Amino acid sequence: MKAIRYLEIEGRSFGYFALLGILGLIVAAGGLAALYMEHNGHHVTGMTNQIVWGMPHVFAVFLIVAASGALNVASISSVFSKKAYKPLAPLSAFLSLCLLLGGLTVLVLDLGQPDRLVVAMTIYNFKSIFAWNMILYNGFFAIVAVYIWFMMEKRMNKYSRYAGFAAFFWRLILTTGTGSIFGFLVARQAYDAAIMAPMFIIMSFAYGLAIFILVMMAAYSWSERELGDATVRRMKNLLGVFIAAVLYFVVAFHLTNLYATEHHGVEAFILSDGGVYTQLFWFGTMLVGGFLPLFLLYFPATAKSRSMISAACVMVILGGLATIYIIIIGGQAYPLEMFPGKIVESSFFDGGINAYTPTLAETMLGIGGFALSLIMVALVVKILRVLPDNMSDANIDPHHKAAE
Amino acid sequence: MNQDTDMNRRRFLGQAAGVAGLTIAPGVMLYEVQARPADQAVSSKVRWGMLIDTSKCETGCTDCVTACKTENGWGSTETKSSAEQQAQWIRKVKLTDKQTGHVQSLPLMCQHCETPPCVDVCPTGASMKRADGIVLVDKHICIGCRYCMMACPYKARSFIHEPLTDQKPHAPRGIGTVESCTLCVHRVDKDGTPACVEACNAEGHKAMYFGDLNNPQSEISQRLKQHGGKQIRADLGLNTGVRYQGL
Repeated sequence: MKAIRYLEIEGRSFGYFALLGILGLIVAAGGLAALYMEHNGHHVTGMTNQIVWGMPHVFAVFLIVAASGALNVASISSVFSKKAYKPLAPLSAFLSLCLLLGGLTVLVLDLGQPDRLVVAMTIYNFKSIFAWNMILYNGFFAIVAVYIWFMMEKRMNKYSRYAGFAAFFWRLILTTGTGSIFGFLVARQAYDAAIMAPMFIIMSFAYGLAIFILVMMAAYSWSERELGDATVRRMKNLLGVFIAAVLYFVVAFHLTNLYATEHHGVEAFILSDGGVYTQLFWFGTMLVGGFLPLFLLYFPATAKSRSMISAACVMVILGGLATIYIIIIGGQAYPLEMFPGKIVESSFFDGGINAYTPTLAETMLGIGGFALSLIMVALVVKILRVLPDNMSDANIDPHHKAAE
Repeated sequence: MNQDTDMNRRRFLGQAAGVAGLTIAPGVMLYEVQARPADQAVSSKVRWGMLIDTSKCETGCTDCVTACKTENGWGSTETKSSAEQQAQWIRKVKLTDKQTGHVQSLPLMCQHCETPPCVDVCPTGASMKRADGIVLVDKHICIGCRYCMMACPYKARSFIHEPLTDQKPHAPRGIGTVESCTLCVHRVDKDGTPACVEACNAEGHKAMYFGDLNNPQSEISQRLKQHGGKQIRADLGLNTGVRYQGL
C-alpha cells in the first residue's frame, strides 16, 4: 500500500453548494418545526397520551443506532487489523459523530422541556437507562474525538489502535444501552426482551454501514476521486452479512414470542392484523430492508453495479426506519395487558389499538436531524483532511485483483 | 423535603403536637397518624394506600373522577389538545369477561407502587416516591421525556400538550411535563383523605377506602385482612399501594 494522502475536497462546485443548500433548507425546516412544537406544545403533533413517543423518536433512535454502526469501518481497521479499511477510518469516525449529533438533536428538541437539558446533564438517577445513555453518548463523543485525533496526528498514530479498541467497546455498550431502553420496559407486551440489546447492535452494524457506503460512494463520485471496486465489494459483502444477521434476530425474536401464549396477541397484531404495522413488517423490514437488498448485493448481474449497491443501501435505511417504527410506534399502539381475559373499555382509550397520525412538524423534525448529520459530514470533508485522495485498487491493494 | 431545618422549632412543634396527643416525640408517630407539621419529614412508618371494592363500584358512576377533576383542576383546562392528548388522572374502566360476559367497573389511577417502574426509568429523578409511599412528579426537574409513561404498566400518567393557566395552587401542572394522581398529597399532609375517596363515601357508595397499609388496626388493613385484595398486574411484583377487592 502506498502512503495514503488525506486531502480536503475542493468544495467549490455548483453541485457541492447545491447539496449544502438543499440540506440546509431541510435543517432549517426541522429547526422551525422544533420551534413550532416548543412554542405551541405537543398538541400540534400526532403524539398523544397513548402514543407518547412518535416520529422524532423513530428518527432519533435510528440515527443513534446508525451512528454506532458507522464506526464499523474504523473498528475493523483498528481492532481487527484489516489494512484495506484503514484509509477510510477517519471518515467512518466522523460520520459516526455526525449521526449521533443529529439523532441527539432530534431527541432533545422533542423533549417537553428542552431548555432543561442542563438538568438532565447534571442530575442523574443511576437506575435509569436514560441517565446511563446520557453518559454513554457524551463518553462516545469524547472517545471518538480522541480516536480521530490519534488517527490524524502522525505523532499519535501509534496509539490509535488503543483508542480504536476503546471506541469499539464503548459503541457496543452504547447500543446495548439504546436497545435496553426498550428491553428493560416490563410494562409493555412488545418490549421486555433481553434480545433487544444484541438485536440493536446488529441493526446498528447494518444501518451504519449502509449509510457509510452511500456517503463514501457519493463523496468519491462527486469529488471525482477514484474509489476502487475492491473496497466497494468488500463493504457490500459485509453489508450483506449484517442484513442476514438482522433478519436472523428479527425471526428469533418473533419465534420466541410466538411460542408463549401470552404474547400471541401482540404477535398477531404485528404479523397479521396490525394494518400499517403488519404492512411495514412484511414490506418494510422483511422485503425492502432484508431480502431485496440481499438479492441486489449478491445476484451476479446486480452485485457489481454501484447504482444497484446504492439502491440496496437506501433499501436497508428505509427498512431500518420501518423496523424502528414498528418497535417504537407499534409497541405503543398495542394496548397494555392489565386485565387478561377481559374486554377493557374506558374514557382513556384502554383496551383498544391506539391510532397515530404523525403531523408534518414532528416528521420534519426527524428528517431535519438526518439532514443535520449529513450537512455536518459534507462540511467535515471540505474543512478537514479526512478523505484519502485516491482509493483506487492499485493504490490500496495492488494484489487484490491478482489474488481473486 | 428539608429534614435538617431549625431543630428548635421542630422540637417545639413536636412537643406541641405531643400535647395534642398526636405524637410522643418529633418524628416518632403513633399508629393513629395525624397531620404532620410542614417542616417535618415524611415518615416511612406509614404507607398510604387505597382499597377499591369493585362490587360496590357502579358502571356509569363517575363521582370519583369528577371529584378529582374539581380538586386538582384537570379535565376542562386543555382546550387545544385532542381527546387522546388530554390528561386523565383517574378514569373509570369497564371490564367484560370474554368467557362469561360478567361486567365489572373500577376506577384506575396511579397505583403508587412500592417499586415504581416510572421512578426507576426517570433520568433526572423527577419521578419520585415519598417515604410514605406516595409516587409524585417534581414538575421543576421533569424534562418531559415521557420515559415514565412508557414504563408505567397502568397508563396512569399524562403529558401536558399545551400551555395551561389558572391552576390550583396545591396541584401545579405545566406544559411539557408529566403528571398523575398525587393521592391528593396536599390533603393527606393535612390529615385529609383523597378527594375521590371522599366523594365516593359522601355519595354513599362506599367503594373506596383510604388509609395506612402499615397500621394493622386501620380500616383498610382490616378489610384487606378479612376480604383480601388484588393488585393489578401482580405478576410484575410492584407491591402496589392501590388494591382491588372482588376483581
